[in-house]
Amino acid sequence: MTLARRIIPCLDVDAGRVVKGIEFEGLRDMGDPAELAARYNLEGADELVVLDISASVEGRATFLETIRRVAEQLNIPLTAGGGIRKMEDGRAVLRAGADKVTVNTAAVERPELLSELAQQFGAQAVVLSIDVKRKGNSWEPYTRGGRDATGLDAAAWAAEAVSRGAGEILLTSIDRDGTCSGFDCELTAKIAATVPVPVIASGGANSFDDFLDVFTRGKADAALAASIFHTETHSIGVLKKFLEGRGVPVRLSR
Amino acid sequence: MKVAIVDYGAGNLPSVERALRGLGAETERAIAPEQLASAEAIVLPGVGHFSAFVNGLRERNLTASLRAAFDSGAPMLGICLGLQAMFASSEEAPGESGLGFFPEEVRALPTTVKCPHIGWNQLRRVHASKLLRNIPGDAYFYFAHSYAAPASAAPTVAACDHGFPFAAVIEQRNLAAVQFHPEKSGETGAQVLRNFLESVQ
Repeated sequence: MTLARRIIPCLDVDAGRVVKGIEFEGLRDMGDPAELAARYNLEGADELVVLDISASVEGRATFLETIRRVAEQLNIPLTAGGGIRKMEDGRAVLRAGADKVTVNTAAVERPELLSELAQQFGAQAVVLSIDVKRKGNSWEPYTRGGRDATGLDAAAWAAEAVSRGAGEILLTSIDRDGTCSGFDCELTAKIAATVPVPVIASGGANSFDDFLDVFTRGKADAALAASIFHTETHSIGVLKKFLEGRGVPVRLSR
Repeated sequence: MKVAIVDYGAGNLPSVERALRGLGAETERAIAPEQLASAEAIVLPGVGHFSAFVNGLRERNLTASLRAAFDSGAPMLGICLGLQAMFASSEEAPGESGLGFFPEEVRALPTTVKCPHIGWNQLRRVHASKLLRNIPGDAYFYFAHSYAAPASAAPTVAACDHGFPFAAVIEQRNLAAVQFHPEKSGETGAQVLRNFLESVQ
């Protein structure tokens, strides 16, 4: 009996379309969110994340509609976020069909938001997203889509967030994001050793070996990637068979 | 078949509804006692906090009807927090009373393991199970919880280990409950729901 390591495709959504940025800048159209969701559900994804990267007030209704369309395609868990400022935003996302809500900037500005969400929906529904840049031997969280430095330390912030009610950490290396140079395994190992909740590694996935690395050396509970799945560079099913062959416990769909 | 899905005010009902409808069942959101009395089967889904759940049931006057349904042997399926609510109490909400179908207390997962227990895990079969019929022994199920009922505390037919052995599937007469989310457990989860619907007919 083993808890499987999870493979999680991520859909970055802008105005109802899946897009992909390189190092948080520059966007490319990658397709329809519901179509991609259906494909990943079938391929054996363990979970799906949808992020509203425009996170604009005008785009809110469109994003909730995207969540509804995506959720209809899934029989696996769905996490949604991007621009979640307050409790009511979280509720709207969950009502639209998400199982978990992810918060980032608003939690840095007002950490009590994490406790409020956890009290209302349970810690298992609250995912704290941390986007970091390496600073020597530590990592600094950035907010507003990687634009604003926080002056915080990633490990200390993760620990505080968990004590306030975050049930999972979605940890993105801005340095690696979209560069295909592999996950930052030192980063994930550091955070995984610091917090008692699952850590989802994100940013830099390119090869099957990168995933193997982040589950072994990086001690990640789950790995998230976008572009390499969207472009059909790698099928999730083939990736999971590879990992199983290397001794990583994964759920193979039948 | 008409399935009443208990709506206590905070659950993510659409995914449970979609899964059951996909298997040919008719679903209805039950917010009043009379809806439970007329249902062919009752599903008690749940996410969130134990106290929000039991308070939600109480505010809608559903607690007594659920106990009556249990006593009359009405087919019932509890999911996640819905399983936990069937116990007398939970460490998550000291002083709050659950439905009390089982006299024991739901416990917090220990700090020696990652908590919440989130992700896909396997089961250890203890007794023959209606819900797990036609499901391979090494199949994975999606869990997302911080509290659990010790496996010894109820008619557990399948257990899972995370900190301590806990009840993953409970079956007793017409009562069934699962700690995982069948509506989020892919094809395997759909088979669990199919087995429940078939056991009712």
